[in-house]
Amino acid sequence: MSPKSVLLWTMQAAVFWLVLFVPQLIVFLLVDEPPTWELALLVATLVIGLVHTAVEPSWRYRVHRWETTPDAVYTLSGWLSQEWRVAPVSRIQTVDTKRGPFQQLLGLSTVTVTTASAAGPVEIEGLDQEVARRLVEELTSTTQATPGDAT
Amino acid sequence: MSTPAEVPAGLPAAPEFTEPPAQWHRLHVRMLIVRPLNEGIAMLVPILVLLFTGNGEKWRLIASGATVAVILVVSYLIWRTTRYRITDEQVELHTGLLTRKQLAVPRDRIRTVDLTSKPGHRVFGLSAVRIGTGQQDVPGTDGLTLDAVTQEEAERLRVLLLQKQVAPRPAGAEPTGEAPEEPALPESEVISRLDLKWLKFAPLSLSGLVAIGALFGVLSNYADDLGLHPVQDLWEWLFENPSFTLLGVFAVGLVVAGLVLSVPLYLVQFWNYRLTREPDGTLRVQRGLLTTRSVSVEEQRLRGVDIQEPLLVRAGKGAKAVAVTTGLGAKGESNLLLPPAPLSVAHQVARDVLEVEDDPTTLELRKHPFAALRRSMFRHVVPWVVIAVGLAVWAPSWAWPIPAAIIPFAALAGWDNYRSLGNALDDRYLVTRNNSLVRSTVALQRTGIIGWRIRRSFFQRRSGLMTIGATTAAGAGIYHVTDVGESDGLALADEAVPDLLRPFLVDE
Repeated sequence: MSPKSVLLWTMQAAVFWLVLFVPQLIVFLLVDEPPTWELALLVATLVIGLVHTAVEPSWRYRVHRWETTPDAVYTLSGWLSQEWRVAPVSRIQTVDTKRGPFQQLLGLSTVTVTTASAAGPVEIEGLDQEVARRLVEELTSTTQATPGDAT
Repeated sequence: MSTPAEVPAGLPAAPEFTEPPAQWHRLHVRMLIVRPLNEGIAMLVPILVLLFTGNGEKWRLIASGATVAVILVVSYLIWRTTRYRITDEQVELHTGLLTRKQLAVPRDRIRTVDLTSKPGHRVFGLSAVRIGTGQQDVPGTDGLTLDAVTQEEAERLRVLLLQKQVAPRPAGAEPTGEAPEEPALPESEVISRLDLKWLKFAPLSLSGLVAIGALFGVLSNYADDLGLHPVQDLWEWLFENPSFTLLGVFAVGLVVAGLVLSVPLYLVQFWNYRLTREPDGTLRVQRGLLTTRSVSVEEQRLRGVDIQEPLLVRAGKGAKAVAVTTGLGAKGESNLLLPPAPLSVAHQVARDVLEVEDDPTTLELRKHPFAALRRSMFRHVVPWVVIAVGLAVWAPSWAWPIPAAIIPFAALAGWDNYRSLGNALDDRYLVTRNNSLVRSTVALQRTGIIGWRIRRSFFQRRSGLMTIGATTAAGAGIYHVTDVGESDGLALADEAVPDLLRPFLVDE
């Protein structure tokens, strides 16, 4: 993982919590005598949001791993819940790269490797664009060299 | 005009297309009558409602007439604009008036052929042909469907499209539909056929209740259109005159009606059920009293069998069998191999379908750790406790005993769910069992596993458990071994597909 992915996840978390927090704040300020539960909800959102935004990205960064061998692609992701995904290179159907707005800002990419299973995409988040490009090239060439229809 | 739309992803570049001298066919002309009939039945009630609810105003007549006219015109246009042909390489379908769609399916990618005749089709001797490829179904799309051709043509297509191991026919030898020129094929082998004794599982499968629910939904929809709200009225009336006897009578009546209705439903769905192995290397399921279906699955693509035991059917020692395969839509139970039947029959079907000595789903399953029981109980019981407490605090006092009364049953379900969990491995199959309400024992071909998804939630990590998902191109796409012990689980995955997980286990 690029160390910049910590920043990426921080931005994503911050935006998520801002979207939850700001409308509440506006309502809170506009309503005359807001009820106490509204204040409680507002404070709860703020506290949980801050803690989550502070903790989750670095935790995630410590967990996330990826690796490719000539035979398989492997990822470990998550923080509280963790998930390994393994896909054999011989069963790869497509290799995609995508970049969200934040990722473009930071020069990062996500590489998605799909197999014939609807449940099986392996996503490698937060790669430096150069690394992602090389990875895609490598995977595509090994995939093309594999015979069969990979189902 | 666009490029062929339905080519499965991940194909190598198609070879240069040369125009073979195959002929374009139209769907059968009788569809001009059948489609309005099939669609007309669906529109019949709205039209009648429209006609007879007012005081015979003119616009009602015009609107009904227009609806019928639209159905007729659309049917004509669909027929007029739809053409198909079968070349040596692919099946092509051109359809649509405003949006022209051109579908092409390479013939060596065809995995399943599904023939369906609704009553309207059957009166006119027609059949709809749905061609399935290895692609996983995108919800809402229909694959390539020829709706409809004559039953003989459908039969010819079924045999033609699924026989690819046979040497390719010389170009131009495509039969044009006149003379049936298939060589006489050897007899197909019957694996299983309907036994009327199986009818005892009909009431247990609760299909009657489901049907009543569906019927009720449709009727109340129409009632809504008429401005009646029977359900609401009934509820309000019940609230004003609460009566437990009335509720009891209603519930008993519903159950009895469901039980009675389930038997004819079972017959309608599974009349003439036959599971056969065809000489061309396909498995074929035929069934249906009114709407007949014939689903053919290429045997090579069969990745396993799923023995499903819904709670009550399980109590009656019954089960149904479902194919784990690619190319079948989720719609209308097209992957069904065996309707609810005795468990021994299900095992026999699984054995014969997979061509093994013993059905792998009868293997002795390894139990999962005690911690899995704790998790199962927790997941089943806690939600009801939370609801009960919540209602006790915030709702009128009569409400909370209801969820509280459910708690013992939830605990039973949690315990039963744990009892269901299990896994096993033999030299060809990975077997995993899950769930309580519809207990499902899946035997998945180890060579069909195309990856792993191993998940550990926060609580699973604390109790040393993991849920292992074997991904596959077939069936549900992923099959889980739930709440297995960490080292056991990894050993299982490593053994099931050697060398895939090994390099990554070392550094864990």
